Amino acid sequence: MNLKSLFRHEMLLAILLAIVLVILSFQSDKFFTVSNLLNQGRLMTETGLIAIAMTFIIATGGIDLSVGSILGLTAILTGVFWQNVGLPLPLAAAAAIAVGTFAGFVNGIIITRFRVPPLIATLATLALYRGLAEGISQARSVRGYPEWFYVLGQGNVLGVPTQLWLLLIAAVVASIILGYTRWGRTVYAIGNNEVAARFSGLSVERTKVALYTASGFAAAVAAVIFVSRVSTTRSDMGTGIELDAITAVVLGGTSIFGGRGTIAGTIIGLCLIQALKNGLSLAGVKGDGTIMLIGAVLILAILVSNLFERSGTR
Amino acid sequence: MAMTDLDIPPVRPSRAVQRPGAIQRLMSDYGQEIVVLLAIVALFAFVTMINPRFISANNLTTIFAGNAYIAVAAIGMSMVIITGNIDVSVGALIGVLATISGTLAVAGYPVWVAWFAPVLIGMAINGLIGVLVAYARIPSIVVTLGALSILRGGLISATGGTWISDLPPAFMVAQKKLFGLPVPLVAMVVLTLLAAAWMRYSAFGRSLYALGGNPEAAVATGIPAERRIVAVFIIHGFFAGLATILFATQLQVIQSTVPPNLELTIITAAVIGGVSILGGSGTVIGSTLAAILFATIGSALIFTNVSAYWLRAVIGLLILATVLADMFRRSRRI
Repeated sequence: MNLKSLFRHEMLLAILLAIVLVILSFQSDKFFTVSNLLNQGRLMTETGLIAIAMTFIIATGGIDLSVGSILGLTAILTGVFWQNVGLPLPLAAAAAIAVGTFAGFVNGIIITRFRVPPLIATLATLALYRGLAEGISQARSVRGYPEWFYVLGQGNVLGVPTQLWLLLIAAVVASIILGYTRWGRTVYAIGNNEVAARFSGLSVERTKVALYTASGFAAAVAAVIFVSRVSTTRSDMGTGIELDAITAVVLGGTSIFGGRGTIAGTIIGLCLIQALKNGLSLAGVKGDGTIMLIGAVLILAILVSNLFERSGTR
Repeated sequence: MAMTDLDIPPVRPSRAVQRPGAIQRLMSDYGQEIVVLLAIVALFAFVTMINPRFISANNLTTIFAGNAYIAVAAIGMSMVIITGNIDVSVGALIGVLATISGTLAVAGYPVWVAWFAPVLIGMAINGLIGVLVAYARIPSIVVTLGALSILRGGLISATGGTWISDLPPAFMVAQKKLFGLPVPLVAMVVLTLLAAAWMRYSAFGRSLYALGGNPEAAVATGIPAERRIVAVFIIHGFFAGLATILFATQLQVIQSTVPPNLELTIITAAVIGGVSILGGSGTVIGSTLAAILFATIGSALIFTNVSAYWLRAVIGLLILATVLADMFRRSRRI
C-alpha cells in the first residue's frame, strides 16, 4: 500500500508541474524556450545536489539545517586556499570540499554519539560554520579566478550546462541507491522505526554518520559550482539554501517524519519550485514575492499530504 | 548525588521526601542559571581588567538595554521549546511587526496604537502557526520554516528595503527612563520575573512542562494538549510583540531588515539558559541571563579588540558546547 500512495503523490505532483509549465508558457513567450529552460537547470543545480542528500536524511527522520553554512564555509576556503595559501586551484577546491565533507561528518558524530536531535545539532553548526566562514573571510571576497574554472559553473558540455550533467548523474545514482540497494532500504527502515531497525541488526549509527557526511559533501560540491557560476566568493553564500532544499524534498513527497520519499519526487519538487520562481520573475513579480510563495507552498504541501495520510492507514 | 542531579527544577518536593539544604535545592533547581550568571560575572571581571571602560555606565546601558528585546523574545521562545516545539520564524516576525509599528507611528496614529497593534498582530500570526502545529499536526519546524519565508519575503516586498525615519519622539519608549533606569531594562526584569513565577506556580505553566516532558502522560492526565499548544504560541506572539516595541523604539530609524539570524540568537538564549532542547525543563530566568551573556560576549569582543567577524563562530561554539553538555548530563542520569 505504501508503493501505491507514493505513486499517487508523485503523479499528482507531476501533473501539477505540467499545469504550471503550461500556464507559465502562456504567460510569457520567453519561458518555454530551450535556452531559458537550460538556464533554469543551471540555477537549480546547487539546491538540487543538496536536496538529493537531504532526501536521504529526511527519509531517516532527520534534518540538516547546516548545509547553507557548509556551502559558505567551503566557498570561502576554496578562495582562501587558492589566493592566500597559494595552492593550485584544483587542489584548493578539493581541500575545501574535504573540509566541507568533514563538517558534515562532525554533524553525524554529534547526532549519533551524543544523541543530540538533528534539528538542534545542525542549528548549532549552522551558526558555527557560518561564523567560521565569516571569521576566516573577514568580509573580504575573492575574485579573479582563472578562465578555465568557469567552465564548471558557466560552460556547456554537449550543449547542456556542465553542472546539470552532475545533477543528472547524482540523481540517477542516488535513486538507484535509495530504491534498490540494501543500504537504501536501511534508510527507510530507520525512518519508519529506528528501534526496530537497530534490533534487526542494521547499523543505524553508521548509516546516519554516512548520510550527514554525504550531505556535507553535497553542500561542498555545490559550493565550488556556486563559486564558479558567480565568479566570486563571499562568506554569506548559500544563506537560506537549506530552506529551498527542504521545501523541494518535502514537496516531493518525502515525509518529514521519515520512512517515505523518493529521489524522483524531490527532483519534481525542485523543478516545480524553480519553474514558479522563474515564471514569477518573468511575470514581473520580485524575488521576495517568490520567497513568500515558496513558504506558502511548503506549508500547504504538508497540510495536504497530512490530510491524505490521516484518511489512509495511519 | 541523586537529589543534586535533578534538573527538572520547578517540581516541588513532596513532604514525604527529606528536604535537602537550601543551597543544594537552589543548585538543583537553578544549576544552569547559576552557571550562566557566573560566566557573566567572570567575563565582566576579565574584560574590565583589560579595558576599564567596559563597565562605564554607557556600555552597561548598551549591553543591558540594547539587547533587552532579545531577552523578552526569548521568554516566549522558552515556553514554546519547553512544550517540545520550536519557532524559527520569530526574527522575521519581529521585523514585520516593527515595520507595522513604525508605519502606524509615522502615519500619526496615537502612540499606544503603534505600540500595541504589533502585539495583537503577533498574537494572531503565532496563533495561526499554533493551530497548524496543534490541529493540522504539521511539525512546528516545517510550519515556522514556511512562516519564516512568508514573513521575510512579505517584509521586503512591502517595504522595498526602505527604512522608516522621522519617528515621533513620544513613540520612542525604549529611550525613556523609569525610576532612573532605562525602560528596556525594567521591562526585561519585570517580564522575566512575572513569567518565571507564572511558569513555576500556575497550573498552566506546570502543564507546559508536562506536555514537553511526556506528551502521552500529559494527555492521559487530562491536559488539553492542542489548546495548550495554540495558547503557548499565542503567548509567544505576545512576547514577540513586546520585544518589537523595545526593538522598534530604540533607534531613530526602523530598518526593513532585522539582525541576521535573530531567531537563532533567541533560540540559543533559551537553550543556553537551560531550557532542554527536548522539552520539559528549563526556566525563563535562564534564557534572560543567557541573552545578557550574549550581549556581554559581543561587547567584550569589541573591548578586547577581537574582530567582530568571529562573534558568530564564538556563539556557535557556545551553543554546541551547551547542547553537548545538556545531552551528557541526561545520558549520565539514565
